[in-house]
Amino acid sequence: MTLTSAPPAQPRPKRRPGDRIFAGTATSAGILILLVLAGVAVFLVTEAWPALTAPAADLPDGKSLGSYVAPLVFGTLLAAVIALIVATPLAVAIALFITYYAPRRLAAGLGYVVDLLAAIPSVVYGFWGIAALAPSLVPFYGWAERNLGFIPLFAGPASTTGKTMLTAGLVLAVMILPIISAISREVFSQAPALHREAALALGATRWEMIKMAVLPYGKSGIIGGAMLGLGRALGETLAVALVLSASGGITFNLISSSNPSTIAANIALQFPESSGLTVNVLIASGLALFLITLAVNMLARWVVTRRADFSGAN
Amino acid sequence: MRTDTQAPAAESPASAGPVRTRRKLPRPAPAALYLLGLLAAAALSALTGFSIALTAIYGVVLGTLAVYVAARLVEGRRKATDRLVTCLVWTAFALAMLPLVSLIYTVLDNGLARLDAEFFNSSMLGVVGEGGGAYHAILGTLVITGLTALISVPIGLLTAIYLVEYGTGRLKKAITFLVDVMTGIPSIVVGLFAFALFALFFGPGIRLGIMGAVALSVLMIPVVVRSAEEVLKLVPNELREASYALGVPKWRTILKVVIPTSIGGLATGTTLAIARVVGETAPLLVTTGFVNGTNLDPFSGRMTTLPVFSFYQLTQPGFPPEFGIERAWSAALVLIVLVMALNVLARLISRFFAPTTSR
Repeated sequence: MTLTSAPPAQPRPKRRPGDRIFAGTATSAGILILLVLAGVAVFLVTEAWPALTAPAADLPDGKSLGSYVAPLVFGTLLAAVIALIVATPLAVAIALFITYYAPRRLAAGLGYVVDLLAAIPSVVYGFWGIAALAPSLVPFYGWAERNLGFIPLFAGPASTTGKTMLTAGLVLAVMILPIISAISREVFSQAPALHREAALALGATRWEMIKMAVLPYGKSGIIGGAMLGLGRALGETLAVALVLSASGGITFNLISSSNPSTIAANIALQFPESSGLTVNVLIASGLALFLITLAVNMLARWVVTRRADFSGAN
Repeated sequence: MRTDTQAPAAESPASAGPVRTRRKLPRPAPAALYLLGLLAAAALSALTGFSIALTAIYGVVLGTLAVYVAARLVEGRRKATDRLVTCLVWTAFALAMLPLVSLIYTVLDNGLARLDAEFFNSSMLGVVGEGGGAYHAILGTLVITGLTALISVPIGLLTAIYLVEYGTGRLKKAITFLVDVMTGIPSIVVGLFAFALFALFFGPGIRLGIMGAVALSVLMIPVVVRSAEEVLKLVPNELREASYALGVPKWRTILKVVIPTSIGGLATGTTLAIARVVGETAPLLVTTGFVNGTNLDPFSGRMTTLPVFSFYQLTQPGFPPEFGIERAWSAALVLIVLVMALNVLARLISRFFAPTTSR
């Protein structure tokens, strides 16, 4: 009776032990990633906690944590923003060049060459910044101080070594250029061919076609790429540590030799020789950097995925 | 009949009046005009003592101006704007190539001096001033990078397999999102994480090779996952279904069908991820420390890696400084060559294994 009244509705798919083991390992690898990221946050907070709770008098310079971190945050943001302002238009132009202007046969090779810029280690960029870029910018800084000194950005006194905030920003710009241009390139090449051909068929010049069909389509891609570049520039360490002569507080003066340091560069320079509470203070500043870049990256991802929702691609 | 239909057609162009011919610049004209602008710029900068930088700046401005004005006069406003933008885009690309060329030139110029046999087969143990090499740093880099790959490749590949083959719902979404977030973590923060992790158990003075490998793994895993995920998604579903239809269990399908099909892409992605990690300096600075002697055991004592070696030789060259600085540049050169070699290797792998999907 019971046998006939309760037949299984469907045969359960057979789960072999091999399947279970394999699915289990794959899933746990995925979960491990969740744990690692949680671990990063937890361990940073744990190690930063002594600095967060310590009275100001115990901290390295007898200042509060806020007044220690503030110039660093300012320097980080300033260098990254300079890099972004310089790199974004250039990167968009390069992306356009490779997708629509370069001779077809060369385009792929040129794209590869731009990608090479991204492969060069950051410490080498720092070397290049010190040895090649900074000295060659010194005459320009002198000129800027004499002729543009009325603008607070170029108030001077001009650095004689070229190790200034502007140099650091330019090195960062070179470093994030390939990131922004890679993402822009991808978006530009996906611009619907029908729109482009329609524009050309109506007699638009190449620039008008780009302005009407490519750029509106690629706008959020550019924004997303720029924000990813910003995230990279915020966390860039050694190039800045080598190129920037950091000795000052908060200032908008880009060409003098006293600049605020950046969080990452400050950690890299101070950490190996630190002990005790100073280590905790540095980790606390690292936590601040973590939160800033996390916010920027999440925003960037959100912008990029929003585009994916809108576009007809995929 | 025929003539009837043809007659109006023959008449119509005449009735429309004289055809307006668009005036156009001859093909080589823009390039020639631009060159003219450059020559004028060279002359202009020669007036105030010749300098290449000034020539380039004047040249770009004058050349662009010459092309724009000529196009404006001959072809009209819209065409002129088009030519202007073309000039700007080409200039931007040339500008982007400038750092790359300058960087490679600078590194070669400074780094070739000390790129001798001694650099590769001696460490810095007991070296003051001249001589010494990066033997210990090169080996340190190999050990730590190898260990990093050993940790991250299995985890990264398995995660990618999970995301593509098994993942569903919230967990998949969360992991995808967090992998994206992980890609953006600054490398120095990752270094601090590894330090904090080990300091909690072994005290704050701890510096080990394995700490560096853990830090680098956190950087490398998301790169491996991203690239492997893209590649696994490319494997056509028909292959999987054919395998299921033959009664092959899922795990064997993945091992025997999906992975062999995408092995080239997986290898390329992994090689590129290694290339990215090899040059990382910041996390190693705070985790592995720095020694002058050779240490091959990542579980005890400090280790030196190539980027860190290069950084310290430049910032603390000792006395007299020129020898340390020479070593630093040679190390930078070796590092670039290593990274480029890995990149080329990745290209080669993808070229040789690429057509496996479309057999």
